[in-house]
Amino acid sequence: MTGTAVDLIWLAPALALLGFVLNGTLALARPTSKTLVSVIGAGVLLAAFAVSVVVCSAFAGVHAEEPVVLRYWSWIPVGTLQVDFAFQVDQLSLVMLLVVTGVGSLIHLFSIGYMREDPGYARYFAYLNLFVFFMLVLVLGASFPVMFVGWEGVGLCSYLLIGFWFTEAANANAGRKAFIMNRIGDFGFMVAMFMIFWSTGSLDFGTVFTHAPNALAAGGRTVTVITLFLFLGCAGKSAQIPLYTWLPDAMAGPTPVSALIHAATMVTAGVYLVARCNLLFAMAPVSSAVVAGVGALTALFAATIALKQWDIKKVLAYSTISQLGYMFLGVGTGAISAGIFHLVTHAFFKALLFLGSGSVIFVLHRAYHHTHSHEDAQDMRNMGGLARYMPWTTAVMWIATLAIGGVPPLSGFFSKDEILTATHARGQVDPVWLVFWGLALAAALLTAFYMTRLMLYTFHGPNRTGEQEQQHLHEAPWIMTGPLLLLGVLSAAGGVINIPELYHGNAWLHHWLEPITQASTPLLPAVPLSTSTEWLLVGIAVAVAIAGIVGAWQLLKPQALVPARSAPEERGFARLLRNKWYVDEIYDALIVRPLVWLSREVLWKQVDSRAIDGAAVNGAARGAKALGWANRWLQTGQVGVYVAAFVVGVLLILWRAMS
Amino acid sequence: MTYTVFWIFGVIAMGSALLCITRKNPIASALWLVVTLFALAALFVLLDAQFIAVLQVLVYAGAIMVLFLFVIMLLNLGRPGPSDIKGPLGLGVAVVLGAALLFLLQPLTQTTLPSAITLPPGSVQALQQQQGIVGSVANPLFGAYLIPFEIASVLLLAAIVGAVVLAKRKL
Amino acid sequence: MLLGPALAISAVLFTLGVLGVLMRRNVIVIFMCVELMLNAVNLTFVALAQNLGMGGQVFVFFVMAVAAAEAAVGLAIILAVYRHKQSVSLQNMNLLKDG
Repeated sequence: MTGTAVDLIWLAPALALLGFVLNGTLALARPTSKTLVSVIGAGVLLAAFAVSVVVCSAFAGVHAEEPVVLRYWSWIPVGTLQVDFAFQVDQLSLVMLLVVTGVGSLIHLFSIGYMREDPGYARYFAYLNLFVFFMLVLVLGASFPVMFVGWEGVGLCSYLLIGFWFTEAANANAGRKAFIMNRIGDFGFMVAMFMIFWSTGSLDFGTVFTHAPNALAAGGRTVTVITLFLFLGCAGKSAQIPLYTWLPDAMAGPTPVSALIHAATMVTAGVYLVARCNLLFAMAPVSSAVVAGVGALTALFAATIALKQWDIKKVLAYSTISQLGYMFLGVGTGAISAGIFHLVTHAFFKALLFLGSGSVIFVLHRAYHHTHSHEDAQDMRNMGGLARYMPWTTAVMWIATLAIGGVPPLSGFFSKDEILTATHARGQVDPVWLVFWGLALAAALLTAFYMTRLMLYTFHGPNRTGEQEQQHLHEAPWIMTGPLLLLGVLSAAGGVINIPELYHGNAWLHHWLEPITQASTPLLPAVPLSTSTEWLLVGIAVAVAIAGIVGAWQLLKPQALVPARSAPEERGFARLLRNKWYVDEIYDALIVRPLVWLSREVLWKQVDSRAIDGAAVNGAARGAKALGWANRWLQTGQVGVYVAAFVVGVLLILWRAMS
Repeated sequence: MTYTVFWIFGVIAMGSALLCITRKNPIASALWLVVTLFALAALFVLLDAQFIAVLQVLVYAGAIMVLFLFVIMLLNLGRPGPSDIKGPLGLGVAVVLGAALLFLLQPLTQTTLPSAITLPPGSVQALQQQQGIVGSVANPLFGAYLIPFEIASVLLLAAIVGAVVLAKRKL
Repeated sequence: MLLGPALAISAVLFTLGVLGVLMRRNVIVIFMCVELMLNAVNLTFVALAQNLGMGGQVFVFFVMAVAAAEAAVGLAIILAVYRHKQSVSLQNMNLLKDG
């Protein structure tokens, strides 16, 4: 206990858990009490945010160099392994805490309007509160196992929320797919945990990172394997190649869920993990290159798919995968603060984009409901010209688009640029990083392009929704638009937290996170770039962004679009992109079908039915029956048989007595 | 000389026992058993147990076997029974078990008694000359083993009562 | 000197008694074979009494007394059973079956 307000940190997750318990009870007992659920659901989040702000200011006031670890109880005392249930309050966890509770509160407020008509209202808020609880345990955990509890818990809540409308088979399947792919990643996490304990003798962050330089050889095989397995966990949780296919399917859940879980918080857990273990990754340059390379490749790959998606949420999903690739590129290069900076700004503008699209879907859905139409409310080909009807939404969506595109002086520009600069700088020392820089730059071009495409098709050009529906198109309710405006401000001005020295800024976030990265900094190549090189890189990045936006504006013709119902099939390369490079189909053929065949033909029919059921279970019964049948002959009731048995017994006794 | 006689009576005993168990007629079995008992009495005499030999003839051959013959006659079993000896399976089992028993008992016949408890040879004869033949049995019987003696008489009383009760037609 | 042969004869007689019990179906004959076994044991006792003391002969005395009592009661039982079953064949003595 520190004796300061930092001790209150336990309140943040506890409030979220309380919200889950109360809303869960209401979901079972009185599902129709919407007001109470709204107050509890959003209220606990706002309270948690307030607690986070108080703790953060208390921590900043203390000017701590060491993290504050608050132990609550001894969880796993086994032999030499001592794991306590403990929270670690330091600069990194506080950043994550503020993002989760802050953006989370706004999304809860938005959900009050979005989910108003849904019969599962209370259940929704219960699951959402439970998710925030687990996410907070994840970021506040002081050791790998506690973090893993949160890691698994958010996976569970993701499954519950993706399959929220589980009566549709597709939604349930999407939830299952997400959970199973996550498990593959979790396996990597666990193997890494085992190896960390085996080599350093502990699983607490503090102890592990203190012992790591002595216990592990820098650049050696053990630390490389550990970090590669950790990255496997990140690839699952943060949807990188090859475990990303669950995220687009996860769009089957309600849009605020996509905003919170699959944009701002859960998928960033992988980036947080790499940032937390930055010392280990700095000690393993091969793994860092793998992280950065996979990140850059994923960024470009996902961006190509987003170019040809028609569902507005799918575009944003692939955009998220792409931006996560950027974050991994950042932390893989060793620029931890750059990666975390992009995490924060991405939370702002991606949440805004998802919530904005949520508003659009909400309004379109209402319009179709009025006309009893069954058109797809998420297909961009059914939208168009919505700027006329939803001016506020359009304005903030444009802010987010420019931010994600990397146009100065919006937040996304600063964060993306820092990553690109750091990558290029490392490229001077290690040429493969220049390849990564090239991939990232290409991805930036495509990002600007497809985001502008989204805006063009949704908000500009002629309206394709239908004559009757147009009367019902209007701005979304204020409970939904309000948070959008707040996020718009953050997306625009959020860059102030880390303006680099190039622009005479104070790089506040970079300095704030220094105690986290100080152990790894000496291990990384220090490449100072000349000011002119830096300005050149900035210029290239901005030029690429502008090129993307202008290119989309010129090349795409929203007038040529037809409503989804009557839209033509794609051809050639466009078809390849539309069908996501057929990755899902490849996975299905190579992995899923053989596994299902193995399970059905071998494991079920042979092992389970014949060996276990037949031999072991039925066999045991048959054996008992046989034994009983054999024993029958001893109880014949014939005295002669009894006498013979008697004599046999006497012989046995004689024999034993004499030998 | 004694040795030869001993073996003659021994062979008679074993032979008549074998005949006893293989006769179909129960009366024949009983009579062959009487022969065995007599042969055994002779063996007792050769082993310096004259009193026991006489008791054997009086009690065993004279009373117990007579009782057997009474019951056989009473139940009209004089003629050989239809299937009085078991079939081949029963015979096979019996022979196997019997052979096993003999095989196990055979080493016991070669035992040498520990010298600590063995009396010097001829001590029984000396005792008999001292106390008389009957006296050598009677002295321990009414001395050290008095209580078992009395209990044996109670046992006989119980047997009498039991036999009478069990054999009555109506209680 | 006579101990070895006496014990051998006793063993053979005992085995013949066991064989008889296992081979025969007539209950009375089986009983007689039991008496044969008892006599074999008597022979053993008497043979050992020469080397170990008069206790052996005293014991034979008691064996005979008990054998007499046993014969009386056993034959009475056989009589009682005969009255019910009209048979002294062993295979009819199966009241323990299918209880």
